Amino acid sequence: MAFIHIAVQQGDFDLTTELARQPDAVHACGAQASFIGRVRNDPAAAMPLSAMTLEHYPGMTERVLAELAERAVARFGLLAVSVVHRVGRLVPGEQIVLVLTAAPHRQAALQAVEFLMDYLKSVAPFWKCEEHAAARCWVQAKATDEAALARWQA
Amino acid sequence: MTIQLLFFARLRETFGRTAEELPLPDGCVTVADLLEVLRARGGDWAAELAVGKSFRIAVDQMLADADARLAEGSEVAIFPPVTGG
Repeated sequence: MAFIHIAVQQGDFDLTTELARQPDAVHACGAQASFIGRVRNDPAAAMPLSAMTLEHYPGMTERVLAELAERAVARFGLLAVSVVHRVGRLVPGEQIVLVLTAAPHRQAALQAVEFLMDYLKSVAPFWKCEEHAAARCWVQAKATDEAALARWQA
Repeated sequence: MTIQLLFFARLRETFGRTAEELPLPDGCVTVADLLEVLRARGGDWAAELAVGKSFRIAVDQMLADADARLAEGSEVAIFPPVTGG
């Protein structure tokens, strides 16, 4: 049984803590791979980003993330998967999402991180609302996010 | 039957509500039927839920298409395409 940890939370997360949370009693895990997404400001934009608020669908979010984690375990032979996603108001530079995988070898661990992020961005019910000074706007979904799934569906 | 509607993100703001309990007329049994009922309200409802507009539906927390069937007490969420990560 692979270890799966899913968390949707307001507070920040710590990579070292999450790495240590993945158990490996028999030392079968030769690779841990991670991705951290952060709130990005575009220095060239006319109006700098002051903050973004992440909304989600409590219940469905956790269900979708757990289902994606199980699919990744089955597809890549993972020993562990952790997905931590923050919600609420975040400012540029803050961490938003962590995907962390463990596998016997690096290729599976690295590919599974990409698989999980591609699917998370297309099917997990989160929405970003950006604040630029006094103006606020909901981020539009990108066609490229859906297109990114094609490589996993061949 | 009566269903529980939920709205998220931009559509929650446009429709001015997070949730609504909705008794359905007889014969309204699928997501497509429900959308017709909501479009008949006119205004933002007709505009945002028009055919070809980009929105998603989940029934009991599973993404659903127009053919999905509704049941007494179904939780039906309507929201824009997701933008997490």
